[in-house]
Amino acid sequence: MSHLDDSARPAPPLGMLAELTHRCPLQCPYCSNPLELTRKRDELDTATWQRVFAEAAELGVLQVHLSGGEPAARSDLEALVASCVEHGLYTNLITAGVNLSRARLDALAEAGLDHVQLSIQGATAEVNDRIANLPGAFEKKRAFAAEVTDAGLPLTLNSVIHRHNLHQLPELVELALDLGARRLEIAHAQYYGWALENRAALMPPREQVMEALALVEAARERLAGKLVIDAVVPDYYARLPKPCMNGWGRQSLNVTPAGRVLPCHAAETIPGLAFWNVREHGLGEIWYDSPAFNAYRGTAWMPDTCQSCERREIDWGGCRCQALALTGDASQMDPVCERSPYHDEVQTLAIVDASRDAEFRYRRFAREASGGKS
Amino acid sequence: MNPSAPALAEEAIVRLPRGVRLREDKARGGWVLLAPERVFQLDPVAREVLSRVDGERDIGAIVDDLAAAFAAPRERILGDVRAMLADLILKQVLEVA
Repeated sequence: MSHLDDSARPAPPLGMLAELTHRCPLQCPYCSNPLELTRKRDELDTATWQRVFAEAAELGVLQVHLSGGEPAARSDLEALVASCVEHGLYTNLITAGVNLSRARLDALAEAGLDHVQLSIQGATAEVNDRIANLPGAFEKKRAFAAEVTDAGLPLTLNSVIHRHNLHQLPELVELALDLGARRLEIAHAQYYGWALENRAALMPPREQVMEALALVEAARERLAGKLVIDAVVPDYYARLPKPCMNGWGRQSLNVTPAGRVLPCHAAETIPGLAFWNVREHGLGEIWYDSPAFNAYRGTAWMPDTCQSCERREIDWGGCRCQALALTGDASQMDPVCERSPYHDEVQTLAIVDASRDAEFRYRRFAREASGGKS
Repeated sequence: MNPSAPALAEEAIVRLPRGVRLREDKARGGWVLLAPERVFQLDPVAREVLSRVDGERDIGAIVDDLAAAFAAPRERILGDVRAMLADLILKQVLEVA
């Protein structure tokens, strides 16, 4: 069965994350961008992104998530949205909401933007601005949210939660309602890239995580029909792994500011995988034929324990980047899984990190040695 | 199951809110409803119903049209359509105009 599946041509992707830039006014210590950030001079130009959107639509992508960094740092954002709309792609703008003027927002709405997802780092100015490392950010975000709903655009509030804001969960739900959001995303920090660097500063204690899960569940029931609440689970304390990306190279792809195409945010941390670039290859060719996309696609690559597991096509072996980060080997089973020999070690690691009191290492561009300007 | 599902009158008019779009999915076949961070793959029945949702016709008129098009008992269609639309309202991909 799985052999047949593995030899068949994979289904086309549903969604594409377009990381337009790594430039961002915020410095959140759990940023999903890689530690080594791409500079402005290495970003794809407007015409190349527009070609990529055309190829994405042709390939079967339905939704494009325009993200970053801060996508509004690109002065051609309006033209990029218009290009997506032209190709029938559903456009989702993922923004920090601190540097997008009303005039630009209206232009985006006019161009046919479908949805805005606004990040929020905490339910109060004090917490929000400390985590984003940007004074005044919270008030700007509130004002931006009001402009989004005023422009008639649907709004999602997205909050990455961790030890420093988990206690604000009830206030975050109230804030979402207050700001007129129709959807709230509660995403427990996922420990890759900057978040992995900051794990000892971010990891919440187990009891707090369990409390939060119950709270989200109750709020979801109470607010059904009023506020959609989606949660990204905290997996270090879990028994079963998350179905990361719903399977490697199965539903979505990620284009970096420099044009490399990845199966997920953190895939570049895996050594030995060559990621093809849209400057040299068509998107369809990359999706179907590139070695990186085929490396962990389907079930054939899985270790025996996963191969014989009844959940192999539910969890898809969990997360490759997590296997790498915690065991040193990306083809290991996800160490979060209770069947993994590393499972207990991961739990211990989380408990130890949760009891530490590390300082944030904020997300920043590294200093350049030779006076280059980004 | 649906504690706060609204009781939809035949005179109610529903529409897709901004941010929700119905379109054909040529790559995979069939039709989909696109919503914030979500894709609903529609079965043929859902597609027939939603393609008649235009923000102008009321539910009664949509049911009349379906009953005529598929030569099926109106009462049964009405029940199915009401349940389906109420569920979509709860999921926030449909709203009462």
